Amino acid sequence: MMDINQIEQSIQKRAPKKAKLKNLIMAFVWGGCIGLAGQLVLEGFMNALNLSVQQATGPTLMVFITTAALLTGFGIYDRLAQHAGAGLFIPITGFSNSLTSCALESKSEGLIYGIGSNMFKLAGSVLTYGIVTAYVLGTIRMLIGL
Amino acid sequence: MKTIQFKNVYVHSYGAAGGPMEKQGLLGSHLDVAFDDVYCGEKTYEMAERKLLSCAIEAMLKNGDLKAEDIDCYVGSDLINQLGTAHYFMKHIAQSFLGVYAACSASTLASAICGMMIDAGYAEKACAFVSSHNATAERQFRYPNEYGVQKPDTTTFTVTGAGAICFSRQKSEIRLVSATIGKVVDFGFKNVNDMGSAMAPAAFDTIMTHFKNTNTSFKDYDLVVTGDLSKVGLTVLFDLFENEGIDTDKRLADCGLIVYNLMDQPVFSGGSGCACSALGTIASLFPKIKEGNIHRVLVAATGALLSPVLVQQKDSIPCISHCVVYERVSV
Repeated sequence: MMDINQIEQSIQKRAPKKAKLKNLIMAFVWGGCIGLAGQLVLEGFMNALNLSVQQATGPTLMVFITTAALLTGFGIYDRLAQHAGAGLFIPITGFSNSLTSCALESKSEGLIYGIGSNMFKLAGSVLTYGIVTAYVLGTIRMLIGL
Repeated sequence: MKTIQFKNVYVHSYGAAGGPMEKQGLLGSHLDVAFDDVYCGEKTYEMAERKLLSCAIEAMLKNGDLKAEDIDCYVGSDLINQLGTAHYFMKHIAQSFLGVYAACSASTLASAICGMMIDAGYAEKACAFVSSHNATAERQFRYPNEYGVQKPDTTTFTVTGAGAICFSRQKSEIRLVSATIGKVVDFGFKNVNDMGSAMAPAAFDTIMTHFKNTNTSFKDYDLVVTGDLSKVGLTVLFDLFENEGIDTDKRLADCGLIVYNLMDQPVFSGGSGCACSALGTIASLFPKIKEGNIHRVLVAATGALLSPVLVQQKDSIPCISHCVVYERVSV
C-alpha cells in the first residue's frame, strides 16, 4: 500500500527548508563578535597587566570559559546557541558549555558517578581526537625534521 | 489481529497535570493541575515527572469520587528507562500494576488494555496513565538540557505532563468503543530530529486497518486525532491518505498541535511525548465529547520506538500506533 519513494518525496516536500544562509550568516556574525571580543580582552590583559601575548592568552580563555559556563548555568546559553549555531559552538565557549551542561545534568547522581563520570561525555571526543591528532601531526613533524 | 470491540466500557473519570509550557498552551485552562515551574517544586526533573503523575491520578480519583484502592488494576507507561516514573510511583499504591512501553503511543495502548480487562470481567475499575517530562526525555533521548545545540525546525518538543483515565462498566457520557493494536512499521528512517515523519506511516497503517476492520471511514468520525506527529508528520500523513485517494474530510488533527500554540511558543514542529496524546485526549477531546460538540472520535497515539544505542549504531527508527475510539452516549 505505502510506497517508500512516495513517503520520502512527501517528507522532502513537507519538511521545512533548513535556513542554511541564515545559519551561515548568524554563525559568521556571532563567531566574528566572539573573535573580536577575544582580541579586546587579550589586549586589555596585555595593557593592564603588562603581559606578553602568550601570557595573556590563558586569562583570556578563562574569561570566555567562565562566561559560557555561567550563561549555561543561568539557562541562557542554549537559547543563544539556537540562534548563533556554530558561532558559539566552535569557539571555546562551545567546549565550556558541553562540560557545564553535562555536569549540571548529572549533578543529581552525585559527585563521583554523576558529575565526575559524565562531565566529559560530550567533550570527551574533542579531547580524544585532539590528542590523537596532536600525536599524529607531532610524529609527522618529527619524521620530516629528521 | 481483529479490532477489539468493547461491550461495556466507559470513562469513569480522568485527570491531567501539566508544566508551565502546557499551562500557557492551548489546553492550560482544562488541566486539573498546572505548575509554573518545570521542577514542580521537586529537587530533580525525574521527581517532578512523578509529581505530575501523582497530581493527575489524584485529580482522576477526586473527579470520580474514588480512592486509590477502588481501582483494581493500573496500567501505566512513561519514557524513562525501566519505566522509572510509573514504577516508583506505583510503590505507594498497593494494587496490581501492569507497566507497558510503547513510547509515545502508550496512552491508547494502556486504555485498550484497561478496556479488555474490564470487558473480560477481570477488573471492575482500571486506570490507564502516562507521563512525560521535557527535561527527562531530553536527557534520555537527546542531549543535556542546557547543551547549546541548534535544533532543526522538524524536531518536536516533549510535553511535560501526565494524564490518567479510569475506566469502568458503570455507564457514563463517554464510552470506549473499540481499539486496534498497531504493527511495528519501519521504513528505514534514521533522522531522530524528524520523528513525526517516521511515525506517519505507522499512524496511516493503524488508521487504515481500523477503518477496514470496522468498515468505517473518516466520515464516520467527527475527528481522527493522531498522537504526536506534529506539523511535519501530520502533513506527511495527509499526503499518504491523498496518495491512496482517501478523503480526510478535514477531520484529521494531531495532539502535538492541540497542546501548544505554535505561533507563540518555541516548540518547533509541535508537541510530542506520552503526555501529548494523553493531554490532547483528556483536556481537549473529553470535554468536547461531554459538551456534545463531538460525538465520535478516533485517537491514534503514535510512538517512535527508537533505542538511543541502536540509533547510534546506525539502525533505523521503528514506529507504532495504537488507536481507540470514544463515543458520546446519552446517560
